[in-house]
Amino acid sequence: MDTPVSKDARQTLDSVVIRFAGDSGDGMQLVGSQFTETTAVAGNDLATFPDFPAEIRAPAGTTFGVSGFQIHFASHDVLTPGDAPDVLVAMNPAALKVNLGDLPAGRLIILNTDAFTPGNLRKAGYSSNPLEDGTLDRYRLLPIDISKHATAAVAEFNLGNKEAVRTKNVWTLGLLYWLFGRDRSSTVTWLERKFAKTPALGHANVSALNAGHIYGETAELPAGIAAYSIPKAKLAPGLYRNITGNEALAWGLAAAGKLAKKSIMFGSYPITPASSVLHALAPLKHFGITTFQAEDEISAVCSAIGASFAGSIGVTSTSGPGMALKGEAIGYAIMTELPLVILDVQRAGPSTGMPTKTEQSDLFQAVWGRNGDAPLCVLAPDSPGDCFYMAIEAVRIATQFMTPVILLSDGYIANGAEPWVVPKFADLPPISIEHRTDPTGFHPYVRDPSTLSRVWATPGTPGLEHRLGGLEKDYASGNISYDPDNHHKMTLVRAQKIANIANVIPPQDVSEGPSTGTLAVVSWGSTYGSVKEAVRRQRLAGADVSHIHIRYLWPLPTNLADLLRGFEKILVPELNNGQLVRLLRAEHLLPAQPLTKVAGQPFRVAEVEAGIRAALGMKDTTEN
Amino acid sequence: MAPLDPPTPLTRKDFVSDQEVRWCPGCGDYAILATMQRTLPELGASRHNTVFVSGIGCSSRFPYYMNTYGVHTIHGRAPAFATGIKLANPELDVWLVTGDGDGFSIGGNHLLHILRRNVDLQLLLFNNRIYGLTKGQYSPTSLVGRRTPSTPMGSVDMPINPTVFALGANARFVSRGVDTMTKPLGELFKRAHAHRGTSFVEILQNCPVFNDGEWDSVTAREVASDMQLWLEHGQPLLFGADRKRGLRVREGNVEIVTLGEHGITLDDVTVHDETNRTLAFLLAQLLPPAYPMAFGVLFCSPAESFESAVHDQNHKALQVHGSGDIDALLRSGHTWSAT
Repeated sequence: MDTPVSKDARQTLDSVVIRFAGDSGDGMQLVGSQFTETTAVAGNDLATFPDFPAEIRAPAGTTFGVSGFQIHFASHDVLTPGDAPDVLVAMNPAALKVNLGDLPAGRLIILNTDAFTPGNLRKAGYSSNPLEDGTLDRYRLLPIDISKHATAAVAEFNLGNKEAVRTKNVWTLGLLYWLFGRDRSSTVTWLERKFAKTPALGHANVSALNAGHIYGETAELPAGIAAYSIPKAKLAPGLYRNITGNEALAWGLAAAGKLAKKSIMFGSYPITPASSVLHALAPLKHFGITTFQAEDEISAVCSAIGASFAGSIGVTSTSGPGMALKGEAIGYAIMTELPLVILDVQRAGPSTGMPTKTEQSDLFQAVWGRNGDAPLCVLAPDSPGDCFYMAIEAVRIATQFMTPVILLSDGYIANGAEPWVVPKFADLPPISIEHRTDPTGFHPYVRDPSTLSRVWATPGTPGLEHRLGGLEKDYASGNISYDPDNHHKMTLVRAQKIANIANVIPPQDVSEGPSTGTLAVVSWGSTYGSVKEAVRRQRLAGADVSHIHIRYLWPLPTNLADLLRGFEKILVPELNNGQLVRLLRAEHLLPAQPLTKVAGQPFRVAEVEAGIRAALGMKDTTEN
Repeated sequence: MAPLDPPTPLTRKDFVSDQEVRWCPGCGDYAILATMQRTLPELGASRHNTVFVSGIGCSSRFPYYMNTYGVHTIHGRAPAFATGIKLANPELDVWLVTGDGDGFSIGGNHLLHILRRNVDLQLLLFNNRIYGLTKGQYSPTSLVGRRTPSTPMGSVDMPINPTVFALGANARFVSRGVDTMTKPLGELFKRAHAHRGTSFVEILQNCPVFNDGEWDSVTAREVASDMQLWLEHGQPLLFGADRKRGLRVREGNVEIVTLGEHGITLDDVTVHDETNRTLAFLLAQLLPPAYPMAFGVLFCSPAESFESAVHDQNHKALQVHGSGDIDALLRSGHTWSAT
């Protein structure tokens, strides 16, 4: 943000990044999601990044209990939640301490001064008050006793002091709405609905929201702080909504069930950050979806495989540790050649790792992490909205090829939101599934010669009684076989069947830049936005660089290797210690180089830009 | 259309698959398999609606030998597979076959949960108190002191009592039979089949290779009448060759009484009530040599089955909302148009 003008004439900005930060009990995620909703309705493009601790209520005032929500909104298209905030909202000293390092000089800080008590300062690790010791001299500052203002705003509702103070998040939201010229009405409607059973609380919150807004209108704000407007983005025409990755996965599965005219059996065990897929599917029973909260990860996947055997589409969801537990059962689905969709919403590992932090480190586990030669299909959506389409794609491939399909999302996509063009169901291609009914010449491993997929015969069908199991099968009869040549043949058949999936997926395209040149930057999954933005910026800066983003990870698109051979250098940015880069080298002997970050955080655009310039031997001129 | 189920009543042979049975000679599993193949036609079962689900172990080869649908799954997880099968298609008639190792070691967790959920199926637990397929290690039902390759000085683990476990897990049908006593075993299968919910059947089974004679103290001909108490709902708990001995349950204690001695009459003998879980617990814990072992139906108290309750909710949701509309779903909440 540049120098503002007087506040009655709003200054126009192209783009703004706001980070809300407070205690995990301060309601920062709520404020962030409401700001997102309102901003989407205002017609800006946006991307969000919720970043919260694993503890539900970490001790108040501590740095490890700080919960953050960053939103980047603009009058142009937005690919990432933004590298650095323009505005930091810090509800207490810990929130300031944790986030100040990300804030470039001159940016705006809105502070709740009431929380800057000696006790809170000590808990945050401040030896002196940053409001007084010059720490914040480099920034523009809006210090407000938010607790006091919020309490006053709700005085007439006779809430307890605790409940009154709790409205400070909504008061702050009101102030931000004024600052950026947002309409309060959708939040008012939301508050009234949320507190329908306790109308007094609802009215109090609306009152606090309005009070924050009025404060902006009437208070004498310090010099250099004004009101802004961000014009609507020129989004492609269509009907839009906000969607998070996990919502999109759930709705994609519901759509896939309808497209296939099949019921879905979703067996799952709660795990961060995948649980909300189960929450989103459980109310969709009338879509032919049965949800089953199993006793553990193994039961969850086994119930899904059992359901597939019985003729439903079996789906399970999990994150890294759960994937490890499901490994044997996934191998069983490979051996019995039953359709199965596994949603892996990745998080920082190994072991329990950092449950609420994002990472892309399950790629090896997905592609290779089972006993035996156990190939399957691996897909990765590139954004929250893409989760909808990739969930459908996973069901399509799983049923067409009678195979498990792993869909690799991650915590960043799962919780992040973006405006999404709502598709029409009629425009989605149907999924055609045939169940064998003819007993003539039947055995369970009769294969389609073009795909090598086996027939799907379900219990209840007269004349097709058969037995499946994890023991090796005879190629010609489906009976148990220990024949050495047969095992070799079946291993190759299972591999070829998965390789054949490459015949039905789209060829690899180029996301930015020409299809040959000096440097190809190859990414997958949730890093799409930051890598694409980095390549765009570096192309504007004169770099000969292209962006290639892979959504079909296994099998890889058939034209990928040739495409990559058209570049002198290949750089693979990943949120792991180098997995896709090794896979590309191993599969195609490509001279791919890693650009890794394993911090539980998404890439900043500038980090990828620096990587591109280093790979090209250019001087690093990027800011930040 | 030859392979279709014939319209004439099925016979034992219709349920025999074309696969060669590969259990050791003399294994108790043969008798159980034969009993099953003989009983299914009597139940009017159809081949195409019947599914056998098993885990891993000797007993878990069972599905391969039944000419029905079947899945030989992974170690200990048969209950989870079976739950998924019943959720996907509640019309299927599911038999789950497991053993003391598969069911209580690696699969103990799933066994607990399928019993408490009350998924509608028949769960047969072959208990030979040993690991067969891995060559003779002790199992969770092996008695303390059992010498095996992994316990050369004798096992020190306290064993689990399968029937007590099932009752503790809130199973609604708990029963016990013997592999070679095929007639009562067939009757148990029928009772289990008639019960809606998880029907738990523990079958004492002899492993002639690694644990031969383990159940002789109960099943040997010379002790059978004194060591077996066959339960019948509403009938007194009598046993012994001349049915003169009985059980009297008073204040939580079980004592053996003899009719005609010390003034004991039939009225003193406790009458079996299979709806009484407390009585079932007491009966399940009776072990030789102090007491006879209880066989037949220890407990039967039907309740709604899991998949039925799940599908009731699905059905209610359909009634309230109508069949789900994807377009409406995607447009729920805030939407806006860009032109």
